[in-house]
Amino acid sequence: MDRQALIRRLTGIVGPQGVISERNQLRTYECDGLANFRVIPSVVVLPETADQVRGTVKACHEAGVPFVARGSGTGLSGGALPVSDGVLIVLARMRRVLDLDLSNRRAVVEPGVLNLQVTKEVAPNGLYYAPDPSSQQVCSIGGNVAENSGGAHCLKYGFTTNHVTACEVVLPDGELVHLGGDGRSPDPPGYDLLGAFVGSEGTLGITTTVTLRLLRKPEAVRTLLAAFESTDHAGDAVSKIIGAGIVPAAIEMMDALAMEAAEAAVHVHYPEGAGAVLVVELDGPAAEVEHQFEEVERLCREAGSTTIQIAEDDDQRALFWKGRKSAFAAVGRISPDYYVQDGVIPRTALPEVLRKINRMADERGLRVANVFHAGDGNLHPLVLYDGSVEGQEQRAEELAAEILYTCLEHGGSITGEHGVGFDKKQYLPKQFGPEDLDTMQLVRCAFDPDGRANPGKVFPTPRLCGERPGPRRVHPVEQAGLAEVF
Amino acid sequence: MGVQDLARDGLMVRPADGYGIDGVEARFLARPRSVEEAGQVLAAAAADGLAVSFVGGGGKLGLGNPPERLDLVVETTALDQVLEHAAGDLVVRAQAGVRLADLQATLAPAGQQLALDPPEPRATLGGVVAANASGPRRLRYGTVRDLLIGITVVLADGTVARAGGKVVKNVAGYDLGKLFCGSLGTLGMVAEVIFRLHPVPAAASVVTLAVDGPAQAGEAVGRLQETALEPSAVELTVDEFGWPGRLTTVFEGIQPGVEAQAAAAAELLGRVGEAAVAGPGGVEAALSQLGARPFEKAEYALKATFPPAELAGVLGDLAGTERRWSGGSLSAHAATGVLWLASAAREGDLPADSPAFPMAVAAIRDQRERLAARGGSLVLVKGPPELKRAVDVWGPPGDAVGLMRRVKERFDPDRRLGPGRFVGGI
Repeated sequence: MDRQALIRRLTGIVGPQGVISERNQLRTYECDGLANFRVIPSVVVLPETADQVRGTVKACHEAGVPFVARGSGTGLSGGALPVSDGVLIVLARMRRVLDLDLSNRRAVVEPGVLNLQVTKEVAPNGLYYAPDPSSQQVCSIGGNVAENSGGAHCLKYGFTTNHVTACEVVLPDGELVHLGGDGRSPDPPGYDLLGAFVGSEGTLGITTTVTLRLLRKPEAVRTLLAAFESTDHAGDAVSKIIGAGIVPAAIEMMDALAMEAAEAAVHVHYPEGAGAVLVVELDGPAAEVEHQFEEVERLCREAGSTTIQIAEDDDQRALFWKGRKSAFAAVGRISPDYYVQDGVIPRTALPEVLRKINRMADERGLRVANVFHAGDGNLHPLVLYDGSVEGQEQRAEELAAEILYTCLEHGGSITGEHGVGFDKKQYLPKQFGPEDLDTMQLVRCAFDPDGRANPGKVFPTPRLCGERPGPRRVHPVEQAGLAEVF
Repeated sequence: MGVQDLARDGLMVRPADGYGIDGVEARFLARPRSVEEAGQVLAAAAADGLAVSFVGGGGKLGLGNPPERLDLVVETTALDQVLEHAAGDLVVRAQAGVRLADLQATLAPAGQQLALDPPEPRATLGGVVAANASGPRRLRYGTVRDLLIGITVVLADGTVARAGGKVVKNVAGYDLGKLFCGSLGTLGMVAEVIFRLHPVPAAASVVTLAVDGPAQAGEAVGRLQETALEPSAVELTVDEFGWPGRLTTVFEGIQPGVEAQAAAAAELLGRVGEAAVAGPGGVEAALSQLGARPFEKAEYALKATFPPAELAGVLGDLAGTERRWSGGSLSAHAATGVLWLASAAREGDLPADSPAFPMAVAAIRDQRERLAARGGSLVLVKGPPELKRAVDVWGPPGDAVGLMRRVKERFDPDRRLGPGRFVGGI
């Protein structure tokens, strides 16, 4: 089927208002939150119903055309990067909350519903949706499902995968299946395909309806901001807190450079001269929180905290969090360009890895701002550079790679929450061996034997599904689909 | 190299001597001592085209439909090493044959635990993963899928593969660990596992409530759910003599926290019926009994799942059926929507040619339909092979069964791993 015929067919499915094919308009969709990579898709489709998604995917299947799903486009790994000869299916118009089953604590939503919207819907009933990526005001639930998004509070509450109980999914051949049973009853018999689907970065199909677990708002929440002389001291405080058997809702760390950026952006009034700050939040039953909060304060002092500020009310708490959640964007104020990394290390390796990152940065004459989920060892080093200075971008890229290798040397992961996407797929074989990747590919082949769902992502050189193990070659779809990458 | 060669070579494989599953006897029994040996055993089994099932402690061997074929049973019990306990990171890596109880004993000195509490005393880590075993505290900690962060598996052809890793937060690659949770050995053998750990709570308190019937049970659990109380477990037990039953609510944490919560829960439940905070001895007794499933002597046992708010309705349905067929003792994770039911019929009471047999079949089908109408399911977790064949252990598999079959075909193209035991005849 040629492009025009496909456009006609797609227009028949979603109507003219749901199809974009003019090159200038297509440019809007050429990248997601990771702007380093840009590809203009062949066509953009904006379905409004599950039936339209199904029709669109079926049309792609019959035309032998690859497709990429996109939610709000806030992803940081290029997971929603279009393919040049493919269809970009944008789910942002599917924003209905389909059902609130409060007695079973479930919300059933369409994939374009924004993360924070779910909590807003159920807040009057004392409930909330736990996963809280920093982009939660704009990121979509469908995107969260694809990426298995985390957030600051996943230390205690887990990730998207622990809070999604069912998905209606359009498979790459257009078949509609329900994963996770009714989403309200536990332990549905059969393989946990939902567990494989969540976090598969759009490579196994498109979800059209998501059932979410809601939690009861905790009775008490206490938050403190503790300043330390160095990240070593702050890291020591984290170890002491965890070692005391306390499971905080969140423990976040920022180093001096990250604080400088956040201060410039949102004026949190971080203590002068601090080398690191921790934001520690406890929540739960009041008596427990009060008792453990005192303990946390004491442990921070013991670890050498110079200043401790305690959030007096929700506004101050929000300010503490605003500083943390706006840190990525704020770094733009102190550096023209930067790379965001998302490596994970065992939490106890934190001081050692931070020293190594700083040393590697010094060697290259670059600065690294560190923002991280200290409780679970998820680092977000921001490698600062100036693209207009000859050679800096390359050095920054090298440093970013070195940081990931350091994480792997310490038994960690190349990505904790941003996903592999397009950005980090060349690093995946550093974390997993060929047998591991081939085994993951078995899942891919069961869902998507033709490799048309988000080709060229996650896996560097996936085998064709009929292929026997042997020397690897570049997937033809990948070769074709990414021809225009620049 | 085939299995006979391994048997000749030494210790890994020997005759099965009558060992079997659901009356289907195996020819060989293998007990690999390392993941590499497990790979060799499965490669040899592949060369010989043998049908294989895996067994850990053996406590869940009754789960699943009778296998269509069985040549080789692979025991994981020699894979019994705790490989690494990174206490500061709250992570443990262990081989699949390690008993859960032994793992807990290893972790205890550090004040840590794997927050899984299935009641089977011999349960191994691999078995817990493969059978998706859980217990009362799933209310607070979730199930094995929520705690497993890394896995090493041996596939049907002997390939050793891993996924996940040693860090809790990790989205690199597909989450194969979850795919293996509850897969009952039909995709491969679970060889090594990595779990996230939790601190052992310092204190516990228990509130008990006598409940006179389904409506009161539903109301009590509903009220608990409407508050910010955070119980670790809410367990309902009704013994075989029928109602009244007992609702046990457990709080775990630090002393001032659990005391305050127990007091609040007792006050709340006191509006429903006779509630009491257990004394120190009562707490001990309640915790030691928690989650017990009196299945040993029962001819068959069932696991019902349903939306938690349907508790009263489900209990009502069960009470409405003739007791002999719908059950003897029941225990429920009442706030989670899981209910375990032991038949009133004792082991051996229900031969396939007895006139009562079709009545049991009809009762199971009837309950299964009622649960399906509520969105849930009914699984026959224990029973004689004839009964399993008559009702299908798992019930209807839903519209994803085709996809499940395609996953199975990719992992086990010759259909040799526990053929027929899983959902939809997989």
